Amino acid sequence: MSATELQDRLAENVGSIVGKPVIEVRNLDAHYGETQILHGIDLAVPAGEIMVIMGGSGSGKTTLLRHLIGIERPTAGTLELLGQELERLGAIETLKLRRQIGVAFQGGAMFSSLTVMENIKLPLREHTRLDETTMDIMARMKLEVVNLSGFGELMPAELSGGMLKRAAVARAIIMDPKLLFFDEPSAGLDPVVSAALDELILRLRDAMQMTIVVVTHEVESALAIADRITILDSGRVIEIDTPEAIRNSRNPRVHNLLNRKSQKEELDPDEYLRRLTGTRTG
Amino acid sequence: MLRLLERTGRGAVQGLDEAGYAGSLLGECVFWTFFGRRWRQPVRLASVLEQMKLGGIDALPITTMLAAAIGIMLAVQSLYTLKIFGAESFVHVGITLAITREFSPLIIGILMAGRSGSALAAKISTMTINQEIDALRAIGINPVRYLVAPSLIAMLVMLPALTMWCNIVAMTAAGLYVSADTGISLAAYAINSIDVLTPTDLLHGLGKSALFSILIVIIGAVNGSRVRGGSEGVGLVTTRAVVHASSAIIITDMFFGFIMAQ
Repeated sequence: MSATELQDRLAENVGSIVGKPVIEVRNLDAHYGETQILHGIDLAVPAGEIMVIMGGSGSGKTTLLRHLIGIERPTAGTLELLGQELERLGAIETLKLRRQIGVAFQGGAMFSSLTVMENIKLPLREHTRLDETTMDIMARMKLEVVNLSGFGELMPAELSGGMLKRAAVARAIIMDPKLLFFDEPSAGLDPVVSAALDELILRLRDAMQMTIVVVTHEVESALAIADRITILDSGRVIEIDTPEAIRNSRNPRVHNLLNRKSQKEELDPDEYLRRLTGTRTG
Repeated sequence: MLRLLERTGRGAVQGLDEAGYAGSLLGECVFWTFFGRRWRQPVRLASVLEQMKLGGIDALPITTMLAAAIGIMLAVQSLYTLKIFGAESFVHVGITLAITREFSPLIIGILMAGRSGSALAAKISTMTINQEIDALRAIGINPVRYLVAPSLIAMLVMLPALTMWCNIVAMTAAGLYVSADTGISLAAYAINSIDVLTPTDLLHGLGKSALFSILIVIIGAVNGSRVRGGSEGVGLVTTRAVVHASSAIIITDMFFGFIMAQ
């Protein structure tokens, strides 16, 4: 497929969304130092969709997620969340916007000095004026949702990997966010626990009408939960489509990713020499 | 030669970068402390009290022990020196002024740099590595308001308070030693010491300790947030925080003493 054809197809997929998307990324570039990680990313996610962002290691998916949740600022392009352009928001407005989104980080990122219950209550304690009893009830409700009732008084270090991730989900949904982000929810989990987390993600979307963005490299999990899948490769979007279409994609890089085949990196000899000698690219 | 120049240049740029970050961190702490409530991001009193307990109350036993040791050490050295001139009766002057103006703020400052500064650097760096800082941001909690500002307020209260406590313990210990060595009664020693002491001397020491509080917390936070790598990185920034804070305290102490003596 030619670059123009690919652009047209991506534009078609982005444009096919009815109504204003809750996430809209336009021509986003991101750098770490002098290295460009993301190249002209275009992405739109409508309300109520589960969008899975897939890609191999180093494809830029976690960097994209960090930009989507506003932790990193792009070097070019625009990013709108819930109708608000992140670049135009001040620090206070950004903090307010973040109250409407939930993030479940790869390792859980639970605060190690707080119990699971205190972790889950933290957003409520910081952003609401609810009394302690109400906060307790709400936290227990969320623990029920993620099947962790009775584990609230444990410290995060006492939980298993799967339990930690579910506890992180409970904290992420305590404010009933409109948007929920998952970073590698299945990473490091056995297939049974991983499947249970997939079910939980689907349940959250159906029961709470959340828009969910999942970053993962687990093909099975992605195909099971996604409404649409975005494939990233070397910091570029190479496909956005339904799981079925992605499965039947003729793009060799997508095919390789789905079938876990290693990809040959096409390297310019001059670039290779520059890398070895540590000289900068012009 | 070229490498040395390059390394020096890089070090200077990094130093400037860190100094700038430290300044902005301090500004943010002041902002959240005074205006956080207006934006529904208050610095929680409970967090401040917790930090005051951890950094201040829990440090009382070691502070008391060190203060007593400093008092006795000063008494021993002062008596030894003054005996040469037969001026033992003036021993209280040197001890009182040295303790209140110099030793209490300096020793307690260095102790707190090792205790609270390192703890803050370790906490922030561990939280950074475990993505807990990212999680705070994602939840809509400003990490500076949540982690650094309470530590700064607590330290600004507790370091001068501990310095004052150190003054009392060190002077009492010195008095007991002088009394035992020279036969001067403890009451007479105490009266003589209080006569020598002026509010300026006390404020000199307390002012320094307030300045040291800012250095300890900000240096701890800057180093903690600059962590790279895993647990080894935590160890490195923690050590760096203690070394930087202790050095900053001693150098600031020198300049402060010089300026105030003019």
